[in-house]
Formats: sequence, C-alpha cells, structure tokens
Amino acid sequence: MEQPQIDGAGAGRGSFKSYGTGFLLSIVLTVIPFALVMSGALPRSAIVFGLLGAAIVQMMVHLHYFLHLDASSAARWNLLALAFTLLIMFIFVGGSIWIMFNLNYRMM
Amino acid sequence: MTTDASTIDSIDPGQPEHSDTVAIQAFGFWIYLMTDLVLFAAIFATYAVLGQNYAGGPTGKDLFDLPYAFVETMFLLFSSATCGLVMLAMYKGRKGWVLTGLAVTFLLGLGFIAMEINEFYHMILDGNGPERSAFLSAFFTLVGTHGAHVIFGLIWMAVMMGQVAVKGFTTPVQSRLMRLSMFWHFLDIVWIGLFTFVYLMGVM
Repeated sequence: MEQPQIDGAGAGRGSFKSYGTGFLLSIVLTVIPFALVMSGALPRSAIVFGLLGAAIVQMMVHLHYFLHLDASSAARWNLLALAFTLLIMFIFVGGSIWIMFNLNYRMM
Repeated sequence: MTTDASTIDSIDPGQPEHSDTVAIQAFGFWIYLMTDLVLFAAIFATYAVLGQNYAGGPTGKDLFDLPYAFVETMFLLFSSATCGLVMLAMYKGRKGWVLTGLAVTFLLGLGFIAMEINEFYHMILDGNGPERSAFLSAFFTLVGTHGAHVIFGLIWMAVMMGQVAVKGFTTPVQSRLMRLSMFWHFLDIVWIGLFTFVYLMGVM
C-alpha cells in the first residue's frame, strides 16, 4: 500500500543531519552550565550570565533543529504565535516579579 | 466567492483526511503548546517570587544534587533525539524502526520520571515535602507540573505504539505521531528552563 505523504507543517521535516546537529549542540549547551556551577571557577555574576546565555541558546537550538521553526512561510504563523506568547510571558512574569518585589520592599 | 464553503461541503467524510487537515491540526496543537507555555510562565513567576522563602527550612543548596539532575537532563535529551529519529523513520515508512524508536523514547522518558519520583519521595520522607516552606511548595508545583506533562506524554506514546502496530501509518496516525513529537520536544524545552532556574541557580 502506498504510504500517504504528510506535509510537516508546524513540526516541519527534519533530516538525520539536523537532528544530529541539534543533539550535539544541546549536549554541549547542557554540559557548559553544569560545569560552570559545579566547578565554581568563575565569579557569581559571570556564572549567572553563562547560565542564562546557555539556556537561551539551547532553547533556540531546540526550536530550530527539533521543532523546525524558522522564518519560512510554512512556519510563519507558528513563529508569530510564539512571539505573541513571549510578549504575554514577559508582561506576566516581569510584571508579577516587579509588583511582588516592590510589595516586599515596602512591607519591610 | 463561495469557493471555500463548497470545497468544505465536497469533502467526503469517508475519505482519508486531506493533507491540509494535518497542517491545521499541527498548527492548532502548536497554539495549545503556546497556552501551555503561558501556564508554565505563571508557575515560573510564582517560583521566582516564593523561591527564596525558606521558612528556616532547607535551601536549594541543601536539597539539590547536581550530578543527579544532570543524569535526568540527559535522559530527557536523549529521548528527544530518539523521538526525532522516530519522525525520520515514519517519513520513510519503516514501521519496525518507528516501534523500536518509540519504545526507546518511552524507556528514556520513564527513566526520567522514575528519577524525579525517587527525588520527590526522598525529599518528602526527609520532611522536606511541599508543606515545609513556600520555596518547597513552589518547587513541587513547578517540577511536579512538568513531571505530570511527561507522564501524560508517556501514556500518549504507549497508545501511539498500539496504534502504529494495529492501524499502521494511516494519515491520522502519522498526524498524531507528529503532534506527539512536538509535545515531547516542547517538554524538553521547558526542562531547560527548569534545570537552569531551579537546580543550577538554586545551588549557586
């Protein structure tokens, strides 16, 4: 029986190479933050920047290589939905932290 | 003008789903994932606010074991990679490989959740359950919500193994497998935020 071909819109098609690249990059980007904290070799602020940087880059690696999100027309609406969600999250998380820490400061 | 409506009417419900349906389902699932992301953002915000309120109890430094969290992370990362390989095998129509890949992904996910339950069990046994402090309430809520998602993903995966074995690669089955892989990769992305903000920053 002929296999029905399905179009990978949304979670577009990857290749062995793209999954492999994404996987290796993820391993490196996981080892770096764990090594930074466990060795404690750098000053605290440098470690925090390293952690945030590695986390953001690894999330982008996952989105690109595993969820195949890019600027192509097939994924444009997915990207737009993600951008809107990030805006909501920014207002939501940033606003909550702002209000709660301000409240905490004033109650001291 | 009425082209769209007439096209919809002309679809015979007995026919296999049109490939547009698969794309629409994938996009709809993506929107669900985005709402799930907002849910996690709310719990992350809660953790950010309550995460320092130890009530004289243990801090992240006392509780978290980084090598343990690293192995957990590796389990989830490897399962994400095997899940990608399942998709490649599916596009090539290799049923045996898809079933093997799903089984490996399932076992890796099960390893992750077993480690997490073991961690929770020992924390609660030591009196450091969610009732100990605001920090621990927020911790159990955040990590537990992610864990619950992983458990649902595992149930879904088991169901899909059955569907692939019984029904083969029909269009709906392929569409479901694709959405399952989106869900699984999404959970791995949430875990990146978790191990960074909760475990690594908690130990610092």
